[in-house]
Amino acid sequence: MDLRFRDVEPTEEERAAVDALLGPPASAWEGGPRTDADLRVAARAERSRDLLLPALHAVNDRVGWVSEGALDYICRRLTVPPAEAYGVASFYSLLSLEPRPARVLHVCTDLACQARGGDEVRRRVEERLGPPGEGWQPSPCLGLCERAPAALALEAGETPRATVYGPATAAEPAAHDETDGPVTDGPVTDGPVTDGPVASGPVASGPVTGWRDEETCEPAAEAAVPQAGRPELVLLRRIGVVDPASLDDYRAHGGYAALRRALRLGPAGVIREVLESGLVGRGGAAFPTGRKWDATARRPDHPHYLVCNADESEPGTFKDRVLMEGDPYALVEAMTVAAYATGCAKGYLYIRGEYPRATRRLEHAIATARARGLLGGDILGHGFSFDIELRRGAGAYICGEETAIFNSIEGYRGEPRSKPPFPVEKGLFGKPTVVNNVETLVNVLPILEHGAQAYAAVGTKESTGTKLFCVSGTVDKPGVYELPFGATLRDLLDLARPVGTLRAVLLGGAAGAFVTDPDVPLTFEGTRQAGATLGSGVVLVLNDTVDLKAILLRIAEFFRDESCGQCVPCRVGTVRQEEALHRLSGRVDQRDLLLLREVGRTMRDASICGLGQTAWNAVESAIDRLGVYS
Amino acid sequence: MPLQPPRRLVDVEIDGETVRVPEDATVLDACAAAGKDVPTLCHGDTLTPKNACRVCVVEVAGARTLAPACSRKVEAGMSVGTDTERARHSRKVVLELLASSVDLSTTPRAAEWIAEYGAEPGRFGEQAATVAQPPKVDNDLYVRDYGKCILCYKCVDACGEQWQNTFAIAVAGRGFDATISTEFDAPLTDSACVYCGNCVEVCPTGALSFKSEFDMRAEGTWDESRQTRTTTICSYCGVGCNLTLHVQENKIVKVTSPHDNPVTHGNLCVKGRFGYGYV
Repeated sequence: MDLRFRDVEPTEEERAAVDALLGPPASAWEGGPRTDADLRVAARAERSRDLLLPALHAVNDRVGWVSEGALDYICRRLTVPPAEAYGVASFYSLLSLEPRPARVLHVCTDLACQARGGDEVRRRVEERLGPPGEGWQPSPCLGLCERAPAALALEAGETPRATVYGPATAAEPAAHDETDGPVTDGPVTDGPVTDGPVASGPVASGPVTGWRDEETCEPAAEAAVPQAGRPELVLLRRIGVVDPASLDDYRAHGGYAALRRALRLGPAGVIREVLESGLVGRGGAAFPTGRKWDATARRPDHPHYLVCNADESEPGTFKDRVLMEGDPYALVEAMTVAAYATGCAKGYLYIRGEYPRATRRLEHAIATARARGLLGGDILGHGFSFDIELRRGAGAYICGEETAIFNSIEGYRGEPRSKPPFPVEKGLFGKPTVVNNVETLVNVLPILEHGAQAYAAVGTKESTGTKLFCVSGTVDKPGVYELPFGATLRDLLDLARPVGTLRAVLLGGAAGAFVTDPDVPLTFEGTRQAGATLGSGVVLVLNDTVDLKAILLRIAEFFRDESCGQCVPCRVGTVRQEEALHRLSGRVDQRDLLLLREVGRTMRDASICGLGQTAWNAVESAIDRLGVYS
Repeated sequence: MPLQPPRRLVDVEIDGETVRVPEDATVLDACAAAGKDVPTLCHGDTLTPKNACRVCVVEVAGARTLAPACSRKVEAGMSVGTDTERARHSRKVVLELLASSVDLSTTPRAAEWIAEYGAEPGRFGEQAATVAQPPKVDNDLYVRDYGKCILCYKCVDACGEQWQNTFAIAVAGRGFDATISTEFDAPLTDSACVYCGNCVEVCPTGALSFKSEFDMRAEGTWDESRQTRTTTICSYCGVGCNLTLHVQENKIVKVTSPHDNPVTHGNLCVKGRFGYGYV
């Protein structure tokens, strides 16, 4: 490609950050020093556009923002047009294209935090640090809902640091500009990771963050699991029981039994088990996992890719974080099983940029598994090779959409693709791809360990197995709960103990719906019948002290912020929805309600992806079932 | 013209009428074959549609959502409604959303469609957010008036790998704040732009226009009814690109190129597009 660069030089620090990821430049064509040899050869390295986001992260982590010189250098190294790289960098909210302080505080302003005093934290932070943009910014849900109100400080530097505050008492996050001691109310501290040898992998799957583990003294993952240690748990059974940093401990607790059984069954046998188990996707769409695997495995086009969607960003969702932090090897094993069944040699684990601890734990787990021969070539002597590359998101809800995640990994803007073609036909890099949520994959382990029959015996006919629920809001015991399908909302609330007079429950997150009937069965068919959705398992409990209109406004604001801007119904519709809700919170006008309905129906019918299609769900249910504006 | 491999024909039902189209045709092709006039904005005859504008949505029987006619491929036995209440409703609201946020005054047929679908862009109120902004005039050849931009991606595709391979512009930002931009929003003169004007050729709204047209519109002297179009061959090099000269009062006011020309498909270079001063 004949590209025109802007010839702005990067600083030494920026150059070092990029070179640490990509290695030194091979020639002047890639931005290295000019030699006589360069003048004789015009050939250059292959394009490696998919490293664009990791390279942007590298600079952003080191310097705090991406300058013109840094962008230009990245573009030279990767053969990416600067205009396109700028378009990609400006897509993600964690990246900045303007100078800013090294330490930026992200204050969660989303639903669960709003229900627990997030506004007050925001106000106090603003008092201390001034208007948003400088040292802090409001953030969509940080996935720390059980510790609401929450905040996350990201500090750029040679060793970038991430500090989690939760619950953030109003003054603390802002006050801790200079000191190192993070603030938590939780008594449990997270010990440093110590484990066997860590192999250095290929360039791209080397350390992604470099965050030091001892920095965080946040409560251990099991603090988010009120049922931790209980014998009836299936997916959460190892959380708080096993040392998340130890592969030996994982194996001592039944780890890698599922992979061994899978290798005995063969790929077709694994798919048959998964099909018979009745497992459906837990990410929200509830598509049968076995059918997805089968369709991919049968595609003659190769290579096949596996993508684990760990970009958990639905407001109120934090189950995948808890799974990854508390039992990271389970995900590594489950991905290996999925790859074996579907014939993938390479898997991408796309994890949310706002999950520093989960990223660190998985980085470590992947490296350890690779060092012990559980990833890489010839796994367990079966001639099957598979490896996982960890990719970090950079602050975009839309990248959790199953096709947007492909564009993000490939180094393009995280815009959803239109379907058909579906991922099983043309997914990542245009090849057949299986994309599964973390929770879905982890379900594969009990299916293989105990057999499809045993798995399907739990739950209802259409919803088999157990389900994780993220309970937050006005409850005494927020956290991740695991219940067999068939339990009702009341059963769940009995465990989490709502505080005050229950007003409504938001099921499924911002893209879900409000319900008021506690007897609604928490199954895919039961919630569908009740005109709601399980979505990603969000159960946000709201009592009568919570301002529902403010919650609706926040939902509208969330979708407006997170719309990728590709299609008109969503790009403009989410803005019009927010405007109408602003007017309605002042004065109820039937014309605005009609307008909301018409715009909402169009977003649902005509948007490209699920974001636009569901942006009106929660507002509609609040109007129809809770009578918010009547 | 090289011969195409033989293609199977499939039967598709459009508004109850069966039409037979090649198997890789789009629903829009089938609609055209059935004589239906489906509005389109982001669809371009020489580009792969981005299906971002959603004014061409139709109702495919059995589908959960509406489908963009411009890019959905036909399938045998597919039953499509182009004029159902659901499709018309979405088109109406999409036109309202567009017209309330973007200046559509130079978009061909926009006013006609707004009347046809009964769209009322004014109902979002005076305070409704728009993308209004001053035009970017940073060179002598063409003007970027992004207050008229519907973000159809056609200019980006034409500048990028579908046509020109120059990559001077891309979509930047996100959501309602997304815009077409060079890197760091630099002026075109500092960008990779080679002034081929192929982005102007494909712009469906007049957000990109020739400086000559922009100035004449500002003076109020632009009058397409008084213009003649003459297609000729570019005299610069041996490729033989077709030029269509738009002439008003014996002066060339802009140069386009026929999209059905098998050599160029409407593409020109800076000389053919702008180098007519010698005439």
